Amino acid sequence: MRRREALAKLTGRERYVDDLPLDDFLWGMTVRSPAPRGRVTAIRFGTDIAWPEFVVVDHRDIPGPNVVALIEQDQPVLAAGYVRHVHEPVLLLAHPSREALRRAARSIEVVVAPEPPALDFRAPPGPAEIQYGTDNVLKRLQIVKGDVERALARAAVVVSGTYETGAQEHVYLEPQGMIASFEGAVLVVKGSMQCPYYVLKALQHALAREEALVRVIQTPTGGGFGGKEEFPSHIALHAALLALKSGRPVKLIYDRGEDMAATTKRHPALVRHRTGLGRDGRLLAQDIEVVIDGGAYVTLSPVVLSRAIIHAAGPYACDHVRISGRAMFTNAVPFGAFRGFGAPQSQFAGERHMDVIARTLGMDAVELRRINLLADGQSTATGQVIQDGTDRLAVMERALELSRYREKQRGHAAFNATHATLRRGSGLATFYHGAGFTGGGEVALQSRVRVAGRPDGRIEVLSANIEMGQGTLTVFTELAAARLGVAPEDVTVAEADTARVPNSGPTVASRTTMIVGGLLERAADDLRRRVGLDDTARGAAVQQAIRRWHREHPGEPLVGEAAYERPPGIAWDDTTYRGDAYGAFAWAAYVAEVEVDLRTCATRVIDFVAVQEVGKVLNPTLAKGQVQGGVVQGIGWALMEECKWREGAMANNQLTNYLIPTSDDVPSVRVAFLENPYPHGAGGAKGLGELPIDGPAPAIANAVARATGADPRAIPLTPEKLMELLEIADFGLRIADSAP
Amino acid sequence: MNGHSAIRNPQSAIPITFTLNGKPVSLGVDPAARLLDTLRYQLALTGTKEGCGEGECGACTVYLDGVPVNSCLVPTYQVRGQRVETVESLEPGALEPFERCGATQCGACTPGVVMTASWIREHPELLATHSIRELMAGNLCRCTGYDGIVDSVAEALREPGSGKRDT
Repeated sequence: MRRREALAKLTGRERYVDDLPLDDFLWGMTVRSPAPRGRVTAIRFGTDIAWPEFVVVDHRDIPGPNVVALIEQDQPVLAAGYVRHVHEPVLLLAHPSREALRRAARSIEVVVAPEPPALDFRAPPGPAEIQYGTDNVLKRLQIVKGDVERALARAAVVVSGTYETGAQEHVYLEPQGMIASFEGAVLVVKGSMQCPYYVLKALQHALAREEALVRVIQTPTGGGFGGKEEFPSHIALHAALLALKSGRPVKLIYDRGEDMAATTKRHPALVRHRTGLGRDGRLLAQDIEVVIDGGAYVTLSPVVLSRAIIHAAGPYACDHVRISGRAMFTNAVPFGAFRGFGAPQSQFAGERHMDVIARTLGMDAVELRRINLLADGQSTATGQVIQDGTDRLAVMERALELSRYREKQRGHAAFNATHATLRRGSGLATFYHGAGFTGGGEVALQSRVRVAGRPDGRIEVLSANIEMGQGTLTVFTELAAARLGVAPEDVTVAEADTARVPNSGPTVASRTTMIVGGLLERAADDLRRRVGLDDTARGAAVQQAIRRWHREHPGEPLVGEAAYERPPGIAWDDTTYRGDAYGAFAWAAYVAEVEVDLRTCATRVIDFVAVQEVGKVLNPTLAKGQVQGGVVQGIGWALMEECKWREGAMANNQLTNYLIPTSDDVPSVRVAFLENPYPHGAGGAKGLGELPIDGPAPAIANAVARATGADPRAIPLTPEKLMELLEIADFGLRIADSAP
Repeated sequence: MNGHSAIRNPQSAIPITFTLNGKPVSLGVDPAARLLDTLRYQLALTGTKEGCGEGECGACTVYLDGVPVNSCLVPTYQVRGQRVETVESLEPGALEPFERCGATQCGACTPGVVMTASWIREHPELLATHSIRELMAGNLCRCTGYDGIVDSVAEALREPGSGKRDT
């Protein structure tokens, strides 16, 4: 089936939040902290502004607790006299003219008595920089399997390495925005978001309103990638506060500069590996330390750290593993959810480290992976026994074959020996991604989905999971149509409006198709039972029974419902971090071929092969598009996307100087799927959306190492950074493997 | 109109006339107004999107006298007497290859993408000197990885009618 809303998007008819008709409204704007830390001693309003025309909101206007409700209740809606990061919201303004607003906002001076900020998450904070607990550690987690110290002591070889990954800006093409207005007593907030019920919860909490007096509606969302997971709650609250105070609709739309400066990014990370190996290259011990920069509030950092450490050991069998994780408080703009959610950072380190190990042992990098890849019956670092029947070696073999890896290696050797200025190489990464919330998370969410039968026999899917480009509307239509045997044209997917749809959980963690789609299938079964049919009834029989039911029950709603149930045989202990971390893992092997120009030190990816096993592929066009988009986002993160920092805030908050890949920067991404249907996923599917961003960076860095002899340990591997590495290589120096 | 007003100071409004999607339009515009805002907020043509506001992303691509431009960089008063065409002027039937080949995901870049792509389709002679990837490099997309877009343009070029338009 083709994407449901494609034609509306292609013709420009799709209405995003800033496109909605709105009468008699005010524009909203946020006034932010200029300093990374300190007490707000004064707020000076410009004298040449007609202030009575403006609505001005500060923290005293918040009816409930001054908190954006999330994991911890630590982040204020508006700073109350103290700021912890640059761009922290301090005041809100509203006015009918956007230009007048800009002038007014510029005239305001927020005066901060500065205190020493903590700005480097890698270094232990000085005493004056401690602001969270006794050591600025937001969260500490550990996974222990076997006895890693003993195994390291016995290992024939120990290879150490330190790896770093930078922040990444989402650059969803639609900047964030919200509209808040009132329908009678009900506050209605519409906007671009991934998680309507997160926004609802945050509004209820800080505005002290009961659920019936708040309604949240997702508007067509122009990309999210995690950037619209937790942050939209802030904008929703800001717009709502201005609407409450003014009594008028308020529209708060970020421009690109504000969006890049003030919203979350991917957590920067530092990962240290100490790996014990047998002479044959078998992994005997993995000692891994993962440190991430959380920024100035807890936000989602504990769960990002969790996913980072669970994926840190890679898809390999090893009996003795210790993974220690820390999320650090700093006075940076808080980091947040971004596609992959910690796993890309830890798997960059892990997969680059595999190649460093191979080079140290004088071993082939493919062979090293071949002997260590998890086989069915073996267990991951958390002790999760893998027995899904997927042939992980076959996934790798297919990637090698499609990329003509061996043949090209020989070709590269000849090319590099003769070409004056260009160097080519290929790099491999084998990796995995757990789908759905970690551990007991899915149980805690208590997700519910409804499938309604309409009086005319049509089917309506009701869930809080949203379309942001990844294909929810299309896949949900296909799943409902297939389950009930009806035509896709007879299926509609309800707008994600909290007044109508049940809480099926957030649109994150590669869970929408696999988990929510599974609930949808069961809700469809329930609908069928409610009209007196068994699960074998299909098509016209179902629709006739629905119409008949409505004739017999005029005016009553006909709704099938399903709630999440943990698949059998899954167990997780959150206190020991042992057990089944995810219901299913998707498996992948990616090969990047690069060409480095020694004159400019620029790296170009000239071929990319992405092979993955994601259970049953439900919609080949959408699935391929997800992989290609994820890979290109990964290419950007690996080679060009660099956040420049000034006092913990992004200094290059423009698309002029924060570069993302264009069509001319990347090759065609060649995609192949191996299919091993997952019995507990909708239609046999496993989660797919995040997997493709885990592999490109290590594959590319490994390829650059092959091509040039340099030893990259950090991304983004910009030309400037590669030049430094190549100068070191030129002088025949080994790169020191020391912590920064 | 749509509750928006692009005129900040009615006294300074400049009266202009131009052709929009084939029809004459007369209106008063603020001297500082961007064509993008005039289209979106004054004329309620919201198909043209703002992605960056500085001419980098191409989401606001329109044709000015037949040539693609970033409407966020064009002061509205400059289009006096010119022809402006927006995504709303495109023939939906011609967009079928884009629907089929996965050219759109989130859709925020899409109007700009199809404007540039349609222009390439009308000027296939450009492909003698430039690749599709080069010609599309002014339109940033964060979802598709560009394969869906590039494939769609290639498909559209194969459709009958390619190269017919005279601009």
